[in-house]
Amino acid sequence: MKPIYEKTIGMTEAELSYCPGCGHGIAHKLIMDVLDKKGLLGDTIGVSPIGCSVIAHQYMNVEMCEAAHGRAPAVATGIKRVHPDKFVYTYQGDGDLASIGTTEIVHAAVRAENICVFFINNAIYGMTGGQMAPTTLIGQRATTAVLGRDAVRNGRPIHVSEMLATIEGAAYVERVSIDSPAAIRKTRKAIERVVEVQQRKLGLAFLEILSTCPTNWGVTAPEAMSWLRENMIPYYPLGVLKRPEGI
Amino acid sequence: MTRKVLMKGNEAFGEAAIRAGCRFYVGYPITPQNELVEYMSRELPEHGGTFIQSESELATINIAYGIGVAGGDCLISSSSPGIALMQEGFSFACMAEVPIVILNVSRSGPGIGGIQPGQSDYFQMTRGGGNGDYRIPVFTPATMQEAVNTIYGSFEIANRYRNPVSIMVDGMMGQMMEPVVLPEAKAPLAEERIAAEKPWALVGRGTKPTRNVIKAYAPNTTILETQVLRLFKKYESMEAELPEAVLTDVEDAEMVFVAYGSAARIVAEVMTILKERGIRTGLIRPKTVWPFPNGAFDRLGERTKIVVSVELSMGQMIDDIERAVRGRYPVRLINRAGGIIPTSEEISRIAEEMIGAYR
Repeated sequence: MKPIYEKTIGMTEAELSYCPGCGHGIAHKLIMDVLDKKGLLGDTIGVSPIGCSVIAHQYMNVEMCEAAHGRAPAVATGIKRVHPDKFVYTYQGDGDLASIGTTEIVHAAVRAENICVFFINNAIYGMTGGQMAPTTLIGQRATTAVLGRDAVRNGRPIHVSEMLATIEGAAYVERVSIDSPAAIRKTRKAIERVVEVQQRKLGLAFLEILSTCPTNWGVTAPEAMSWLRENMIPYYPLGVLKRPEGI
Repeated sequence: MTRKVLMKGNEAFGEAAIRAGCRFYVGYPITPQNELVEYMSRELPEHGGTFIQSESELATINIAYGIGVAGGDCLISSSSPGIALMQEGFSFACMAEVPIVILNVSRSGPGIGGIQPGQSDYFQMTRGGGNGDYRIPVFTPATMQEAVNTIYGSFEIANRYRNPVSIMVDGMMGQMMEPVVLPEAKAPLAEERIAAEKPWALVGRGTKPTRNVIKAYAPNTTILETQVLRLFKKYESMEAELPEAVLTDVEDAEMVFVAYGSAARIVAEVMTILKERGIRTGLIRPKTVWPFPNGAFDRLGERTKIVVSVELSMGQMIDDIERAVRGRYPVRLINRAGGIIPTSEEISRIAEEMIGAYR
C-alpha cells in the first residue's frame, strides 16, 4: 500500500509543546518538509528566536542555535559568512522581529545577506502571556491594552513585509497564511521559492507567515483560524511583494 | 634578526589578529578605535577574510556570536559605550560557550564621557554588565608589543576554554605609535577543517549521528544550575591558569604601586623619580585583571608600608587590590578622572606626601 502522508524526517520525534491550535507546528513542519524534499537537511543551520519558538530546535531536525531577543538575523549573518554554501535561516516571531529586532532585520536586508527569514506573525506576544505586539491589530485586546489597541494611545500596527520590500537587498518578500488547507499549500510553495532564492544567492529572502495564538487571543483553535482570516488578512494582505526574475 | 616595524596601536592590533589566523572581524565606528575598523576593512579582504561593518554594537556582538557558533575565529572591537551595548551578547556567548575575542580601546566615562583615554571600564570589563553568573578573562597589556602578543595568543585561549576573551587597552595605546616585532603569520582555520577542529560548531549535521545545537536558554532550574556549575569549573581553571603580573622591585619596597596599562608606564617613571628622592618603591603590574593576580601580593615583605593603586578612574581596581592584600597593608589611591593623564611629577609629589604619613 502506498502511503499518502508521511511525517517528515525534518522533524524530530519530540512531541510539540505548543498550545493546541498554535500555528508554529504547521509552520515548522512545512519548512522542514521542504528542506527534506530539497535534500538540504544535512546542510542546514537554523537560528531560533526568543519567544515560544526559542525551543524550535527541539523539533526542527537540523543543526541550530538560539539567538538573543531580536538578534537572529545578525547571528545568521555570522553563520552564513563562515559557511556561504550552507542553507541558513532564522525563524522569528513578531515580538522578536517586528519590535526588539527591527534594526537587525532591516540591516541584514540592507547587506543583502543570503539568508532566509521566516517571520511568524500572530499579532501578539505569546510566551510572555499576551502583551500587545507592534503587529497587534487596532481594537485587538492584549494584556497591555485591555480595552483593545488604540491608534492614538498605542500607534498603528507595523507592516513589516511592505517596509522590507523597499530595501534593495531584500530579494524576495511574500506574505502567506496557515488558516486553511489551501493557504497551507500556498505557504509550502512560497517556502520552496524562498529556499531557491538563497540557493541562487540572490539576497535576503523574507516570508511572513500569518499565524494563530488561540491561547492569547482567547478563542478556540478552530475560531483562531477564522479570526486570522477575518481580521488579520484584511489588514495584512497576502501575496508576493517582491520577487527576483526567474523565481 | 627579527625586524621591528613602527605601527600605530590600533593598526598593530588588527595585524596581530590577522597573523593569528583570524579571518573574521566585525566592527562599528567609535573613537578611539576607528583605525582598527579601517585597517581590517582594507587588510582582511586581502587575506581572503571577511570584514563586516555592522549597524550597531548590538549587531557586532551578535554577528560575532554567529561567526563563533559556526566555528570561525572572530575579533570584535569597540570603545567603552560600545562595549556597554555588547554586554548582553557577552553573557549570551558565555552561556552558549562560544569563543570570541573582544578588544576594548577604552575612553573615559560615564555616559558618552569623552574620547580621551581612561581606565574607568575596569568594573565593566571584570564584573560583567551582562546578566547572570559569567566570567570573561581580561588582559591588560602595557606596551604595544605586549598588546600584539596578547591579541595573537587570545584566539587559542578563547577556543581552548570555549569562552569569550577580552583585551582592555586605553585610547592612548590605540593612538600612539611604537616599534613592534610582528609575530609569524599562522594559517587560518579552513572551513572544511572546522568540523574536525571544533566538533561542537554548527556546520550542518551532514551524516553525523547526532546534530549540534547551541543553547543559551535553560528550560528548568536543574539544567540551568548544572550548566552554571559546569561553567564555573571552567572559570576555576582560568583562575588557576591565567593570572599574570609583572613585579618590579617589590621585595625591598616600602611603597608598592599597582597599575596596569598606560598608568603602569607612568608609574615606571615615577619610580625613578622617587628613587632619587630616597623612597624605595616597587610595582605590581597586572597583565590580567580577571583573573586578578592575587598571588603577586604574597610577595610583599615586612618592609612594605603601603600599597598604592594608580588608576585613570575614580578607583575601581583598588577593590581587587584590597581583596588581594587582605588587610596586611594600608591601600591608597592616586588617580585622575575625565581622561586626564597625570604627569609622573604629579604622581611623585602625591606619593611622597603619602609615604610620609606611614614612615
